[in-house]
Amino acid sequence: MTERLLSVEDLKVSFSTRDGENQAVRGVSFHIDAGETVGIVGESGSGKSVTAKAIMSLITPPGKITSRNVNFRGENLLNLSEKQWRKLRGNQIAMVFQDPMTSLNPVKKIGQQLTEVIRRHRGLNKEAALTEAANMLRQVGISQPEQRLQQYPHEFSGGMRQRVMIAMALSCQPELLIADEPTTALDATIQAQILDLFKELKGNSHTAVALITHDLGVVAQVCTRVIVMYGGLIMEEGTVEDIFYRPQHPYTKGLLRSIPKNGGKSKERLVPIEGSPPDLLDPPPGCPFMDRCPHAFARCAERPPVFELSAGHRSMCWLADGEVSVGVEGGTFA
Amino acid sequence: MSESKILVDVKNLKKHFSKGKDIWGRDTDVLKAVDGVSFQIRKGETFGLVGESGSGKSTVGRCLLRLYDYTDGEVSFDGQQIGGLGEKKLKPFRRRIQSIFQDPYSSLNPGLNVLELISEPMKIHGTHQGEDRKEIIAALLEKVGLKREHLYRFPHEFSGGQRQRISIARALSVRPEFVVCDEPISALDVSVQAQVVNMLEDLQAEFGLTYLFIAHDLSMVRHISDRIGVMYAGRLVEVAESDELYENPQHPYTQALLSSILEPDPKKAGQRLSQNGYTAKRGGEGNSELREVSPGHFVADF
Ligand SMILES: Nc1ncnc2c1ncn2[C@@H]1O[C@H](COP(=O)(O)OP(=O)(O)O)[C@@H](O)[C@H]1O
Ligand code: SF4
Ligand SMILES: [Mg+2]
Repeated sequence: MTERLLSVEDLKVSFSTRDGENQAVRGVSFHIDAGETVGIVGESGSGKSVTAKAIMSLITPPGKITSRNVNFRGENLLNLSEKQWRKLRGNQIAMVFQDPMTSLNPVKKIGQQLTEVIRRHRGLNKEAALTEAANMLRQVGISQPEQRLQQYPHEFSGGMRQRVMIAMALSCQPELLIADEPTTALDATIQAQILDLFKELKGNSHTAVALITHDLGVVAQVCTRVIVMYGGLIMEEGTVEDIFYRPQHPYTKGLLRSIPKNGGKSKERLVPIEGSPPDLLDPPPGCPFMDRCPHAFARCAERPPVFELSAGHRSMCWLADGEVSVGVEGGTFA
Repeated sequence: MSESKILVDVKNLKKHFSKGKDIWGRDTDVLKAVDGVSFQIRKGETFGLVGESGSGKSTVGRCLLRLYDYTDGEVSFDGQQIGGLGEKKLKPFRRRIQSIFQDPYSSLNPGLNVLELISEPMKIHGTHQGEDRKEIIAALLEKVGLKREHLYRFPHEFSGGQRQRISIARALSVRPEFVVCDEPISALDVSVQAQVVNMLEDLQAEFGLTYLFIAHDLSMVRHISDRIGVMYAGRLVEVAESDELYENPQHPYTQALLSSILEPDPKKAGQRLSQNGYTAKRGGEGNSELREVSPGHFVADF
């Protein structure tokens, strides 16, 4: 039996703007089990990053969270004080962002930054922390780590800095690592190195990973389970096999169809999803995909509940009606 | 294909940037962004350019647009050298060669509406006037999947994909023959990328356009390109027809690059994605000639 690490219930986040309330996340529920690698995909603006930040308690005004519960190991993260968070963040839950430069201190040597984190979390002395830091760099594929530790962030390339961030995040052996588009800004060959690292992680560590990306290739390569978001809601959830071989939701199918077939070998015309995502200042009351969906029908003007297609494979689409509904109201993933 | 005419001919192109000067104004530190690149683009084809960031792809594109003067080498367009031309002589080429860039937001003046934005190049080149011009623009908007009622809207009222359509309409408004597309879809969502790629293909067929297509999505580049060049550290390391390049890569950098393609299929998640990094010195000496290893397939020494 797998161990439940994180469960998010009916998370809602909105931002007050000049033009009104931007309802970035409109009621998402999901869980992450110990040790698994879960991909969160969807186009930009679908609410992936806001969901991640909400879990990490990093939403600041004008943003606000309304949710029943973000449960991590039996504790509701929404009720923690900043002091309790400081103990948890980096220790049990770590996060890596798309742009590593913003999270590294430009005027401190990499070695100093790494050892500080390691000493704080693992209680090692300076010497031992330095050895550990070098080990971590080696593990993320950085050669000559002893010399590298003496350098400043600007002496590292973008890909190197991202590897340092990941090394730093992993150095505390967190139970949950949330990585938001960790490879999006990187060159293909560097991305490949980092994804290989995630693949290894999947095999031999107890760290669960929530990997946020808009790239289905990334998901197929490293994830075990997938959550597909659109318009601030979860459209479909399942194992990678469910999502890639047995997608049910028209949005998931549309995403899969719009990438070139056979790695681009086929010159067959691409099949885009026509139209553009909903305006979250004034989201449609029904299915958010309705005005782009080739299968839309009258009922779709009402928000569909979540239907369970098979164990763990769920979809928020009226076409899946007839399967067992597990949602209570307004589409809730239990 | 080999019968068709050469539209763009790039010979030993070099573009060096000075990073520092001594007190006598002599360069002390030079970045060789493009360092001896030769290739040809045939009329009506799409030539893809791939390689890591900083490898010189965009600099090549900007040289073809004559946004830069070259350090050395030559670019001919339709048989005429454009390298040494002054602005006046260059003007007809500025119409015939257009561009589309990655971020349509920063390349579209936020204070102009769609009609004004698309009119700009037409004004510069004196193509069509008044009502006539407006009708052409309206027709062009429909071609790129927008509507006549969008004429008086401003860039911020559009999504990223729609803004890219506006820049495409703008580029096409003066009936160019050659379009430099520098990462035109990188900032767009997957579902919208396909919309824009289809549109570029349709427009190419309709107007007989020739494209230089710079991108980092390797599957998309393969899909859209007839031939592809691979750049590394300011040099072209391999050129071949797309399928030949992907199925039979010769240069170690091309091999590393292609092995990093992420197949959207969990069954293929077994292998390692990264190869031991290929590193060659930037700005090594001399010969930028490629060897022809099979007809149409050229590789640099490594
Ligand atoms: N700080 C903020 N202030 C206002 N709106 C925000 C803020 N952060 C995110 N949003 C809005 O929330 C929505 C979801 O964004 P995001 O979670 O970043 O999407 P994704 O990560 O899926 O691309 C978007 O409409 C975005 O503009
Ligand atoms: S609920 Fe209706 S509109 Fe939404 S995805 Fe399903 S069929 Fe399409
Ligand atoms: Mg994001």
